[in-house]
Amino acid sequence: MTAKVEKVEDIEIRLLLDAIYRRYHYDFRSYAMSSVRRRLRQARTDFDCATISALQEKVLHDPDMMPRMLGYLTVQVSEMFRDPSYFLAIRKKVVPHLATYPSLKVWIAGCSTGEELYSLVILFREEGLEERTLFYATDINRDALAQAEAGVYDIDRMRQFTENHRLSGGSTSLSDYYQTGYNRCVLDKTLRRNVVFSDHSLVTDQVFGEMHLVSCRNVMIYFDRDLQDRAVGLFRDALPRSGFLGLGAKETLRFSHHAAAFRDFVPDDRIYQRIGS
Amino acid sequence: MTGTPQKAVIIGASAGALEALSAILPDLPADFACPVYVVVHVPPHSRSVLAQIFSAKCQLPAVEVSDKEPVAAGRIYFAPPNYHMLIEDEGHVALSSDAEVLFSRPSIDVAFESAADVWGEGLTGIILTGANHDGAQGLQAVVAGGGVAIVQDPATAYASAMPEAAIASCPQARVMSLAEITSYLKGACA
Repeated sequence: MTAKVEKVEDIEIRLLLDAIYRRYHYDFRSYAMSSVRRRLRQARTDFDCATISALQEKVLHDPDMMPRMLGYLTVQVSEMFRDPSYFLAIRKKVVPHLATYPSLKVWIAGCSTGEELYSLVILFREEGLEERTLFYATDINRDALAQAEAGVYDIDRMRQFTENHRLSGGSTSLSDYYQTGYNRCVLDKTLRRNVVFSDHSLVTDQVFGEMHLVSCRNVMIYFDRDLQDRAVGLFRDALPRSGFLGLGAKETLRFSHHAAAFRDFVPDDRIYQRIGS
Repeated sequence: MTGTPQKAVIIGASAGALEALSAILPDLPADFACPVYVVVHVPPHSRSVLAQIFSAKCQLPAVEVSDKEPVAAGRIYFAPPNYHMLIEDEGHVALSSDAEVLFSRPSIDVAFESAADVWGEGLTGIILTGANHDGAQGLQAVVAGGGVAIVQDPATAYASAMPEAAIASCPQARVMSLAEITSYLKGACA
């Protein structure tokens, strides 16, 4: 069998990711290639470039391009209470454990525009834990973080959010937490009372504290396996024994280097509990 | 079966998928030499039972994939609801929660394009019954990568829009009945 010849486009992609890292210090070099290819092809088309190399020229020479490229490389669309059964499981099975601690820290890693963060804050308020909890919402995309901090969403998304919230076992009405105007919903700013927003990279940064719950859903699907191992390693280090880790509905630790540091806690909803030391 | 498989099959189907797949997948022999990726439009907010159904019916094991699921020959891999399934390399799939494409997640186009990138000439892409145009662009990518494109004869399909769109965008595609597709696969990938 002859060695596989790397396609020109794949060479261009690797060079572009290297250029982004050297010029702007964002490291996408260990992202899953299949998604990167798709997202960069989309950017190439939208910026009217004939090739990825042409896109690279723009990215290197026009500093205004990088924030826009981050939109392609990082932002994922989420929903409040996406996969309601996950939040129901947090409510019914994780909260009773958390309620035994006098103070709590929760890390929403890769919080994007904040839908997941606010879902957890509302859930903690409903369950009487918000007052004693500090929420860390982190992402590498500052524009997304600013949107998360603003807490403003299109009104036409609220119907799905409301239905999700109801299915998650919500004891209040989602409409208690926002005001509407100009086709937007503005979330109650008291929901941010105990939230720290921070620029943090699962690729290059370290752990910043001990957590009781880490929720990192549909973020690591964009990483290759080595980078997934790095990120899960951070969560392992951030979680003391019996801390919880929640992943997306189709993410698993089964293939992870760190699988032995966790046990299935609610397997159907991909909630894991830290074991050992 | 040892080593990395040299070839792969990817199938896309929508309305009428269960019956069409039932005419193909159970006939594939236990020593089938390719992985078989399957993308069916399933509702985003409920659990899919496709893998269970076909596990029971087929000689090949069938699973609904998780992110970075290892892939081997002689197994059937279903895309899960509410995610795109992408072929990451010959041995793994990856998932994405990027926006819907043609109102679909999983999208047949997305999966086919990523499979064409990885498998090139070793890929056989098959579009079956369906009521929209998903898959037409993906099948083009299969052909552009040097792979084989097959479309279910629209006259035999429960819903003809998807195979018709695939043929229109991909005139090189071979048009076959479900029985012909099955015997083609048994010949080409056994």
